[in-house]
Amino acid sequence: MKLKKGIPLIDQGNKLGFWGGKFGGNFVPETLKKPIEDLEVLFNKLKKDKKFIQERDRYFENWIGVPTRFIKLENLTKHVGGAQIWSKVVSDANGGAHKIYNATVHCLLAKRSGKKIICGDTGAGYAGKMLSMAAKKFGLKCKIFMGAKDIARQQPNVKAIKKNGAEVIPVYSGSQTLVDAVSECMRFWVANCDTSAMCVGSTVGPAVFVRICGWSTSQISRELKVQLIDEFGSIPKKLKLYNCVGGGSSSFGFWNEFMDYDKKQCEFIGVEAGGPAKSKKHAAPLTYGSKIGILHGAAQYVNQNSDGQIEETESISAGLDYPGISPLHCFLKDTKRARYTAASDEQALNAYKLVTRFEKLRPSLEPSHAFAVAISESKKFDADTVVVVNSCGDAYKDRGILEKRLGKKYVKSN
Amino acid sequence: MLNPISAAFIKAKQENRPALLTYTVAGDSSKKQSLNILKSISKNADILELGVPHNTPVADGSQIQTSAYRAIKNGIKVNDIFKIVKDFKKFDKNKPVILMGYYNMIFQYGENKFLNKCKLSGVNGLIVVDLPWPENKDFAKKCKKKSIYFIQLLSPTTTKIRLKKIIKDSHPMSYFISMLSTTGGKLKVSPKEIIKNYIKIKKINPKKKVVIGFGITEKTIGKLKSADGLVVGSAICKEISRSLKYRQNPVTNINRLVLKLKNKIR
Repeated sequence: MKLKKGIPLIDQGNKLGFWGGKFGGNFVPETLKKPIEDLEVLFNKLKKDKKFIQERDRYFENWIGVPTRFIKLENLTKHVGGAQIWSKVVSDANGGAHKIYNATVHCLLAKRSGKKIICGDTGAGYAGKMLSMAAKKFGLKCKIFMGAKDIARQQPNVKAIKKNGAEVIPVYSGSQTLVDAVSECMRFWVANCDTSAMCVGSTVGPAVFVRICGWSTSQISRELKVQLIDEFGSIPKKLKLYNCVGGGSSSFGFWNEFMDYDKKQCEFIGVEAGGPAKSKKHAAPLTYGSKIGILHGAAQYVNQNSDGQIEETESISAGLDYPGISPLHCFLKDTKRARYTAASDEQALNAYKLVTRFEKLRPSLEPSHAFAVAISESKKFDADTVVVVNSCGDAYKDRGILEKRLGKKYVKSN
Repeated sequence: MLNPISAAFIKAKQENRPALLTYTVAGDSSKKQSLNILKSISKNADILELGVPHNTPVADGSQIQTSAYRAIKNGIKVNDIFKIVKDFKKFDKNKPVILMGYYNMIFQYGENKFLNKCKLSGVNGLIVVDLPWPENKDFAKKCKKKSIYFIQLLSPTTTKIRLKKIIKDSHPMSYFISMLSTTGGKLKVSPKEIIKNYIKIKKINPKKKVVIGFGITEKTIGKLKSADGLVVGSAICKEISRSLKYRQNPVTNINRLVLKLKNKIR
C-alpha cells in the first residue's frame, strides 16, 4: 500500500472507490447507486470547471471569510518551553468551525443538480449549523438529523440550526449520537433521493462523500501553506501538524496540501477521542487497533464486536464521538504517512484550561484533544520545531459541559 | 437437486398465485420464539426470509429496526442464527430459507466460513442489502458454487442499462424494491405503477423470478398478485411488537396474520 505523489489523495481511490484497495467503497442499498453515481459525475465535472471553482472561491472569500488566522501562541509557547506553538484559527470561519466549507460545496452541488431539499447529519451540531446556514443562503429546504443525546448536550448549536429555519430531527435509536444520526440521515435519503440531496458531515460515507468533503476542507491547508511561507520564507524544516480526528474532515483538510512532503519535514499527528480515563469505551479506532468493518457505506477501521455489531463510543466531545474513521485516515495510517494517538476527556479539558489561561483563543472540546497532545509533545522539541494546531471549532457550543466540568469561570461569553 | 426456492415458485405457479415470502428478524424476540414463529408460519408461507439483525441498518424503517434492536438486546449472535435455521430445517427440510442482512456481519464472520455455515445449516439464499452489483460479483459467484442463490436487489432508481447487467449476472431469483423507501414505508406509489415497473424487469428475462417487497401489507398485497412473489416484513415485525406490548402470544398472532395474507393472494 503506497501513497502516490502528485495526485490528490481524494483521487487515489480505485474504480470502485477503494483507497489502498481496501478502505472506502460504496456499500450502499441499490436505491442509492444511481443518486451516488449522478453525484460522482457532477462532482468530477465541476471540480475541473474553472467557473465552478471561481464560484466556490467567491463564496469562501466573501461569505465564509478566508483566510482564517494563523497565529503564534506566544504565551503558551513560553509556558511549555519547547517547540514554537502556533494555531490555525479555523474557528474564525463564518459559523465558527470548518464544517462550513463542506456544507457550502454540498449546497452548490445541490443547486446545480436541481434538488430543493438538503439533508445532513450532525454530532457536535456544527455540521448541522453550517448546513442550515448554507441552505438558507442558497434557498434550500434543510433537514438535520441529530442524536437525542447530542441535542441535549449541544444546545447552542441546536438553537442556531432552528434559527436558520432548518428542521432538527431527533434520533432516538441506538446510542442516540452521531453514528445513529448518520444512519437515519442515510435512511431519509434512501426514501427521498429523487427530491433531496444529502450532505455527509465529514470525510465518511460512500466514496464520493469522502471526496467532496476532503476537497472542500482542503481550503484550510491551502491557506496555511501560503501563511507559512509568508511567515518563515519557506515551509519550515521541522513542521508538525496536530489535529483532532473524529470522522476526519478537519484533519484531512489541514494536511492535504502537505501530503507530498517528506514526513520528516511535515509530520501529521491525528488525535482521536480516548473517552473518559476510567471508561473502556472510546472513539479512537486507529489508536486502539479496531478491525476493518463496514460502516455507513465505507470500509474502515471501526469499533465493533466480534459479530460485526458497531460498538457504542464515549467521548466528552460530540464531534469526535464516532465509532469509525474516514477511509482517507485509514489509508494514511497504513501507509504510515500520519501518526495517530488519543487524548482522554480529562486531558482535553486540561488543555482547554491551559490554552484559555494563556491565550485569547477558545478551542472547542474537539481541538482541545489536539492541543492536549501538541502541548505534551512540544516540551520535547527544540525551538526550531514549528507545531501548528488546528483550532477547528469554537467552544461556545460547549459552555454547558465546560461549566459543569470546570466551573463557571471557564465559560467566557460570546 | 433443485433449489427449494425455485421449487417454491413452481408450486405457487401451479396454484395460480404468487409465492408468499415472510420476513422476520432472527432472535426476535428470543431465539426460541423466533424458531417457533418460523415453524408455525411455514405451513402458509412459501419462502422464509430471516433477518440477520444489525445495529446500523441504513435501509430499514422503524419496525424492522425495533425488531433488530430487540433481538440484539436479547443476545442473538450469528452462530445462533445458523442454529435456528438448522433446527427449523429438522422440522421442515424442504421449506426454503433466505438470510437477509448487512455485509459487515458476513465480512466479520469471513465470507467462506459464512457460506460453509449457510450450507451446513440449510440456508438456500442470501440477500445482502448493502452489497450492490457490481461489488457483489465475487461473492455471488461463491454463493453459486455452494448452490445458494445470491438475490440481487433492484430499485425504481436502477437504470435500464444497469437492470440488464444485473439480471444477466443474477441467479434465478431477484428482489424488486417497490418504491423509494426504507422497509415498512407507506406505499407511496400505486400498485398499478409498481406492477408496470415489475413487468419492465420481467421482460428482460421472463424465466427469472422477481419478487416485490417494501411497503406490502394486508391491505395492498391483493393488488400485486400478478408478481412471482411478494414479501411482507415490516407488517409482521410490527405485529410482533404489538403482541409483546399487549402481552399476547406473538406466535399465534403472526400465524394468523400470515394466513390472512395468504388468503388475499389465493
